Amino acid sequence: MERVPILKLGDILIISIQVDLEDQSVLALQEDLADRVVSTGARGVIIDITAVEIVDSFIGRMLATIAAMSRMLDAETVVVGMRPAVAITLVELGLSLGGVRTALDLEKGVALLEHTRSTSR
Amino acid sequence: MTGGGHELPITSNADVVAVRQRVRTLAVDVGLSLVDQTKVVTAASELARNALVYAGGGRASVEIVDNGLRRGLRLSFVDEGPGIPDVEQALTDGWTTGSGLGLGLGGSRRLVDEFELTSAPGKGTTVTVTKWAR
Repeated sequence: MERVPILKLGDILIISIQVDLEDQSVLALQEDLADRVVSTGARGVIIDITAVEIVDSFIGRMLATIAAMSRMLDAETVVVGMRPAVAITLVELGLSLGGVRTALDLEKGVALLEHTRSTSR
Repeated sequence: MTGGGHELPITSNADVVAVRQRVRTLAVDVGLSLVDQTKVVTAASELARNALVYAGGGRASVEIVDNGLRRGLRLSFVDEGPGIPDVEQALTDGWTTGSGLGLGLGGSRRLVDEFELTSAPGKGTTVTVTKWAR
């Protein structure tokens, strides 16, 4: 089973998914991330899916679950780098990822988190 | 003319990944656009996972088909699980007997050009989908 590394940059945790993940690895990532949010006191989570070729309903649900879970642990989640073909496919599949914030790339994702924090202060 | 037939077992999560990768390779070979490759691989992932989760496993076959005008990819997912008592209901978005989102079957149908499902209680389920190159 692959384990996805979770990087910490200031009070943001960054996950970059680089391989085609098995369902078990996806579930492990959710748990690892919840632990890291609490242990580091992170205020933001960025999930980079630039390298992800497909998002099916399982991965889609993982993104929504991580966003909801992080919110309960006082952290905001932003999904960055979604490919256009993935966005088209997700909508047709019926998954709009309503509760998940997105940004086009890592830089914009970081800016979004910083903006959220400065306005909620 | 048809060709490139491949039978793949679906008995574990790793097999679902292998099915996705095989479908991706053949989708490129057959000349599907990037968006259509993404759609058919996503549909394959949903259907392979369905066979694993609801039937405890099954097998997938992937072949390149040609109708004289266009080439395409035909995928079959066969299991010997409990079958689906009410196919119309199973194709409805949001309906599930498992823990999923209930998007797998209905969503997969929207992602492909042809979709055929045969199932009977106790007899297993076969889903065959085709995606044509444009």
